[in-house]
Amino acid sequence: MTGKKKSPSAIAANTIVFLLMIAVFVLPFLYIILMACKSAKESALMRFSLPETNLLFQNLGHVITFRDFEMFRALLNSTMLTVGAVTLVVIFGALFAFVAQRKNDRLAIIMMGLLVAGLMIPPSVVPTVSLLRTLGIYKTLHGMILIDVALFLPFATMIFRTAMTGIPRDLDEAAYIDGAGPLPIFFRVILPLLKPAIVTVVVTSSVNIFNDFVGPLYFLPGAKNVTAPLTLYNYISQFKTEWNLLFANVLVVSVIPLLIFIFFQRQLVSGMMGGAVKG
Amino acid sequence: MKKRGSKTALTMSYPNWFYLPAVITFAIFFIWPTLSAFYYSLTRWTIFNATFIGIENYVQFLSDPMLSIGLKNTFIYGILTSGLKTILALPLAVLLTSGIRFKGFYRSLVFFPVLVSTIAVGITFSILMQPNQGLFNVILASVGLPRVDWLGNPKLALFSVIFVDVWKGIGIATVIFMAGILAIPQDYFDAVKLEGGFYIKFRHVIIPLVRNSTFTVILLSFIGGLRTFDLIWAMTGGGPGFASDVLTSIIYKQYQAGFYGLSTAGNVILFFMVTLLVFPLRSFFNSKEIEV
Amino acid sequence: MKKTGLFALALMVLLALSTVLYSAGKEEAVEAEGPVTLTYLVASGTDSTQAQVMTDAYTAMNPDVTFEIELRPGGTDGDNVVKTRLATGEMTDIFYYNAGSLLVALNPGETLVDIADEPFMDVVDDAFKMTVAKDDGVFGIPNQTAMGGGILYNKKVYADLGLKVPKSWAEFAANNEKIKAAGLTPVIATYGDSWTSQLFVLADYYNVQAEEPNFAADYTANKAKYANTPAARAGFDHLKEGFDKGWYQSGFATAKYNQGLEMLATGQGAHYPMLSFALTAIKENWPEEVENIGFFAQPGNSASKNGATIWMLSANYIPKTTTGAKLKAAKDFFAFVVSPEGIATMNAGFPPSGPYLVKGAELPADVLPAVNDISSYIDSGNSAPALEFLSPVKGPRLEQFCVAVGTGQMSPEDAAANYDKDVANQAKQLGLAGW
Repeated sequence: MTGKKKSPSAIAANTIVFLLMIAVFVLPFLYIILMACKSAKESALMRFSLPETNLLFQNLGHVITFRDFEMFRALLNSTMLTVGAVTLVVIFGALFAFVAQRKNDRLAIIMMGLLVAGLMIPPSVVPTVSLLRTLGIYKTLHGMILIDVALFLPFATMIFRTAMTGIPRDLDEAAYIDGAGPLPIFFRVILPLLKPAIVTVVVTSSVNIFNDFVGPLYFLPGAKNVTAPLTLYNYISQFKTEWNLLFANVLVVSVIPLLIFIFFQRQLVSGMMGGAVKG
Repeated sequence: MKKRGSKTALTMSYPNWFYLPAVITFAIFFIWPTLSAFYYSLTRWTIFNATFIGIENYVQFLSDPMLSIGLKNTFIYGILTSGLKTILALPLAVLLTSGIRFKGFYRSLVFFPVLVSTIAVGITFSILMQPNQGLFNVILASVGLPRVDWLGNPKLALFSVIFVDVWKGIGIATVIFMAGILAIPQDYFDAVKLEGGFYIKFRHVIIPLVRNSTFTVILLSFIGGLRTFDLIWAMTGGGPGFASDVLTSIIYKQYQAGFYGLSTAGNVILFFMVTLLVFPLRSFFNSKEIEV
Repeated sequence: MKKTGLFALALMVLLALSTVLYSAGKEEAVEAEGPVTLTYLVASGTDSTQAQVMTDAYTAMNPDVTFEIELRPGGTDGDNVVKTRLATGEMTDIFYYNAGSLLVALNPGETLVDIADEPFMDVVDDAFKMTVAKDDGVFGIPNQTAMGGGILYNKKVYADLGLKVPKSWAEFAANNEKIKAAGLTPVIATYGDSWTSQLFVLADYYNVQAEEPNFAADYTANKAKYANTPAARAGFDHLKEGFDKGWYQSGFATAKYNQGLEMLATGQGAHYPMLSFALTAIKENWPEEVENIGFFAQPGNSASKNGATIWMLSANYIPKTTTGAKLKAAKDFFAFVVSPEGIATMNAGFPPSGPYLVKGAELPADVLPAVNDISSYIDSGNSAPALEFLSPVKGPRLEQFCVAVGTGQMSPEDAAANYDKDVANQAKQLGLAGW
């Protein structure tokens, strides 16, 4: 804790922290990578060891080309799903939070309460399927997008509402006096100032939507609609699991969330600053 | 330019229709299915038709001899995961906002598990926790400790899953705390500087001033813990036997078995339980909130 | 706002909208004459490989008909996918699923195409038809072979230790003590795949019906219970005995099916209570060892009444949503599966794990020893179908109760009583009379 001073005890403390961090957070991922490098037979032993021969590229190649490059379709579907849902979540959530926080009247409080309930109630699968069918959007990407929007709105709205408390009313007023209507005020004044909160929402919900396993299983069945996490199940079955390919698949489907994170990493902490997140 | 309008005119610039996109989507795709679930929970519902049977599903769900295990486990899971995340993430956040070397690298490390799919994390750890060649036991054995059956021992399985949940989720909690700490104005630290001591700083500045973050972490992880499903499913499936079943896994198994009405009744019960626990907690926290 | 930010936002909105439009535009293609593509839902794993082999062979003969195989998870996850998709009318053109009690839960009369009168059904054995029939309809064609459920054992271990195949539970228990004394695992348990825990209970059915011939009928009619029928409860007692006497290997509570197969094949374990379809996987992974694996029926109390419990085959079905040219193609594919060419294709791709229930279908000459063991029980008349093919009621949580007993968390008495409640739930859900 003593900053840049290089006393022996500080160096020792630094080393201990370093080793602990590596042990706790790196070893499990190292294991995934090692398994992805192995042959089927070697990986079945499940040891934490270097592979006899490095088959990483063969395994990755197998995973990517499996069933006519199904992986590309899966990544494309998941990306469209994530981009579509997250965009709508951000815009709908921010519009709502903007007015709800500014007015803070009875209506706003009641609706906010309803949304918060959405954070707690588990979604009900079968009624949702029948609803999607009635609307004719079952098994379609936009049906799944709308479901995800409904599921992720509550969290986003909470974050935006809190972030709104940090944006002075004077700014709306000034824009209003300049003759701007509500929409321009929202898009030109509010939205840019919400950027840190938006980053928070984008990172958390895109990672969750991208990795969602259960949702697409129920609401988006069909070989054409395969999403990234479902490809994991190509290698796990009731009767046999191909560990090397499974972990190679884990690596492939983790790439996009990782990219999202690297892209937004710097803004993430600042995005949660100022109590931007709270119950 | 002339200043136009009074206060009433100003409120005109917050039109109610801004609510609509969110409210309509939420109402159609969440509230409607949830409400129809209430109705279906009163029926014997096969995939093809629903027969009204009153509260029989609720009676059946609550009289299930295995339910008590699930309820107990749900509480343990919610309390332990939120408690541990709070206790561990705060020091971690202090560390990661201090002058320590490789700070940026550590921040990414801690957040990384959040990015990986829960299913993949669950599978990985269930292998690492294997009784014979699993890494955990290999390490224990190398320092002369007895092997532990992390997921196979009925008394231990739930706690092993809780450990992994904390590992996977601590990144979010840490980031929330880091944001809270970074938002503390430097003056506060300067004020206690003379009195010295890291402990003083931690006890008298950080802890009181990150209270809002603490509430957020506790609340979010408590809700998450009560609703948890993926990780338990990937690691133990609620087993061995019923040993690590929680409410959601019981509900899911009844759903799988085709007992849709029964499973929906379980959902409604879970909803009331979460509401009864979380709403009071939330309003308590809101009343204790501080302005920095 | 910075221009770039606004631009990025506009881009995102555009992307989101185009996603919605893109998926909205892709409606079902209009049915055309000529080439037909059949969608085919199968469980991932061996079943999907088999589906691939059979459909490839068919497409080679009929280039106009191609298949698109969709995978689903196995086990109860998969049951749910099948049920949901049938209920919502979104099933594939043909699909593969269990026969017996699981099929009844699909409400076949309302959801599946009745193929009782199709000419290709003539060659299908009546014993099989019984398991895919409800009321007057017959709904499935057999896939693969019937199976024995009992004890797979390592013959090398038996030879090394000078053991004889047990005919009664007492002999089995005595063998286990000798195997344990030799430092090997007497009984392999793999509760990490919890379905494998049920064998001691389910494969005991030959013994149950030997002592209580009316059990299946009484059980379906809500008269006989596991808790008050000692012969039926014996399966749970066996699970407990194995735990108390330390017959299971260390780490059995999380061990996986595949690890169990390895232990058996390599002789680390002597017995594995299992269905004979496991032979396929053993042959694939340990081809040199599969000849050392034998099968014997799960022994009961009396050596004079010794016989095997038989599992019927899984089947292929056509949902009612398949019509027109697709229905015609689907039926023609089914005719191929049970034809001599179809059987030959299956034999070439997969070692049979029991007898075919198709008239005139021969097992190949180089059939595995364990399959011969099963056939000899059937040929000598000492076999009975498993309970799930005689009664539509099977509690969904049986495997959890079995694991709870086998890990020492629950007594056999409690498990039997609780399982009876589970069964009652299922019977009510199915709307059976008398519950």
